[in-house]
Amino acid sequence: MNDDVPVSSRRRLRRTAVAVLGAVSLLVLAACGSADPTPTATSSPAAFKPVAQQQGSEITVWADAARVPGVQAYQKAHPNVKIKIVTYSGDANGANDLQTKVQLFDRTGSGWPDVAFSANVNDASWASQGKTPYAAPVNQGVISPSTLKGFADGALNPCTFNGNTYCLRNDLAQNVLWYNKALMDKFGYSVPTTWEEYQALGEKVAEEHPGYLVGTAGDAWSPEVYFWASQCPASTATGAKKVKVDLRDAKCTRMAKLLDTLIAKGSVSKDTVFSAGFIKNQASKVLMLPGPSWFGQVLFNSTFKTPKGQIAAASPPKFEGDAKNYTGNVGGGLWFVSSHSKNLKASADLVTWMTTSDAYQGTAGTYPASKKAAVTWLANQKKTGYFAEDVGPVFKESAELIWPGWAATQYSQEAIYSSTVVPALNSGKTLTDTLDTWQTAITDKAKSLGYTVD
Amino acid sequence: MTTHLATERSGRRRGRSARNPAGRAGYVFVSGYVLLLLAFGVLPTCYAVWLALSNSRNQLVGLGNFTRTFADYRFGPAFLHIGLYLVVWLASLMILVVLLSLMLHGRMRRASTTLRFLFYLPGALAGVASVLLFLILLDPAASPVGWLLKGFGWNTLAQVNAPGHLPVLFTVIAFWTGAGGWIVVMYGALNSIPDEILEAARIDGASTLQVALRIQIPMITKWIAYMLILAFAAGTQLFVEPQLVSLASWGMIPDSWSPNQLSYQYAFQAGDFNGAAALSVDLLILGLACAALVVFRTGMFDRD
Repeated sequence: MNDDVPVSSRRRLRRTAVAVLGAVSLLVLAACGSADPTPTATSSPAAFKPVAQQQGSEITVWADAARVPGVQAYQKAHPNVKIKIVTYSGDANGANDLQTKVQLFDRTGSGWPDVAFSANVNDASWASQGKTPYAAPVNQGVISPSTLKGFADGALNPCTFNGNTYCLRNDLAQNVLWYNKALMDKFGYSVPTTWEEYQALGEKVAEEHPGYLVGTAGDAWSPEVYFWASQCPASTATGAKKVKVDLRDAKCTRMAKLLDTLIAKGSVSKDTVFSAGFIKNQASKVLMLPGPSWFGQVLFNSTFKTPKGQIAAASPPKFEGDAKNYTGNVGGGLWFVSSHSKNLKASADLVTWMTTSDAYQGTAGTYPASKKAAVTWLANQKKTGYFAEDVGPVFKESAELIWPGWAATQYSQEAIYSSTVVPALNSGKTLTDTLDTWQTAITDKAKSLGYTVD
Repeated sequence: MTTHLATERSGRRRGRSARNPAGRAGYVFVSGYVLLLLAFGVLPTCYAVWLALSNSRNQLVGLGNFTRTFADYRFGPAFLHIGLYLVVWLASLMILVVLLSLMLHGRMRRASTTLRFLFYLPGALAGVASVLLFLILLDPAASPVGWLLKGFGWNTLAQVNAPGHLPVLFTVIAFWTGAGGWIVVMYGALNSIPDEILEAARIDGASTLQVALRIQIPMITKWIAYMLILAFAAGTQLFVEPQLVSLASWGMIPDSWSPNQLSYQYAFQAGDFNGAAALSVDLLILGLACAALVVFRTGMFDRD
């Protein structure tokens, strides 16, 4: 055998392998610590201690493409402030860029953006935690109390942990019942005010106008639209890092049954409203669609290209047995001021302007969380003349109807629903069949992130 | 005596350098690679091994991180997914690459330059761009081959992305993006077989199949083994495909579908870099074990 690695070399190789194994064994024996995951320290209730401030220093702002023009407008209006703008994903559509980068900056001890925008309403749950949380508690002298009071009731709930507020809300994404007024009038239907009426109308539509839709259950945010409105305890905070997950609760099963009935009849789609197939084949057949306030311009106007004067919004329906109607919330961006910022004053001023100014929020694409800016925004919406009726009263009403039982958590309900329930629905299972699997998926994910699950 | 030996050795060294001045230049040429290998290969690997054996307080924990991640509810499914994917991917890669290379080398020599270029082209694109191209191809409503997908009974993206289809889908994407390069390599390997041997075999009456099975494939076994090692290592580290397809399908693929994705979740969602490192070391061990098995079984380092 003409061997390039002869027997002596093989012996050497074996010896090396034995030596490596020996070293590993020694390391194992030398183990002295516990292999617990990094403890998820909750933020200290003690007073916030800013880093040494450098007045007039440059601030770095991370924002998504939609928010960058706003930051540029602020820059133009405040030429004395030095701003470096970085465009990033904004954590939209399940991206996790801000947390990823902050985890790395935490390890290297530098690089944090002074201000960051996130489209993920759950981001404050991690940004407010850790030894030195990324987000500064803005209620501790960073943002004025009068500014904080100017937000819609409950708007800052996803930002509030242990009594501190860690972000400002850019916009609200309260759900309403969207409907095509032109089609409803043509078919002679009236808008349902209860979920029972909604179901009855869905069944009627399936019989009288097959192909037309009253909703979709294949969207990532279906849990926030339907199950949140039904007050289903899919994620109810019962303490710091404690959640209750009970999808077998009657308030969950009633919505699952309702959707199962309409999916079986064909008037609720298993597709998502943003898929190319839905836009091509079903967009013009949407009769009703429970969904967030941003659906109006973003979905119906820009994506579906539904003509002007057809789309209107109604109040979120309630269940007949409930005392009042509740709704959910799909998104609503957050602005963070970094606890590591050397120029908190400039950072806070920018965030305040971005979230409350009429000049920017009044003309933004989504419903402002600031009550004052919302008034201007609604007036501007009316001026566009896109909607069949003024959406202002419904938007204002539903902004106050978000059920407070759902907590902002480090895990995403949307991602879990998408990867667990949507494939099951497409394989022919019902939502009711899938509740146990869904429950397990939420529980496992929550536990893996250090939550205690009741 | 010692001084005499040292002088002799030094003299020999001087003599070799004088005779072969390119000897030193060789070290210079290799040094750049060695430095980069140390900086971006060896040192990060050592750091990952240290992280895997320690905790966030920098205490040694032995195999604690390994047992902890092994008990994770996502560990089994992630490795099962990747196992299924590897079976489909490696089998199709080995068979199709060798088959296509033999065909290009034998019957299709005239068109082989053009075809090799065409096969290589998708691999020349950045991997992510190629995956993005597939995101359009996989949506029956937008895909130019939507008719084919509908032929299988898949009318929506959700039906195409059904959990059972994923190993095959990722294989198709990986084959499209990576197999062309391997076809070029195999073609080169087939070219290294002396024509006299092939001619002699044909004169002796060997058919094309016999030439392929008895001469060509055995003579390029080391190249096939090389492809197997690298394809196995790349396959176990699948990340971009499930991550991007998941984003494009609004999260229909679990965020921890592959072990590398699970490792990413550990590091960047849970902030548990030690657990993430343990999973990475698992993959390293798997890759090394495959490489060792293939090297010793095929005699890859034997000299012909």
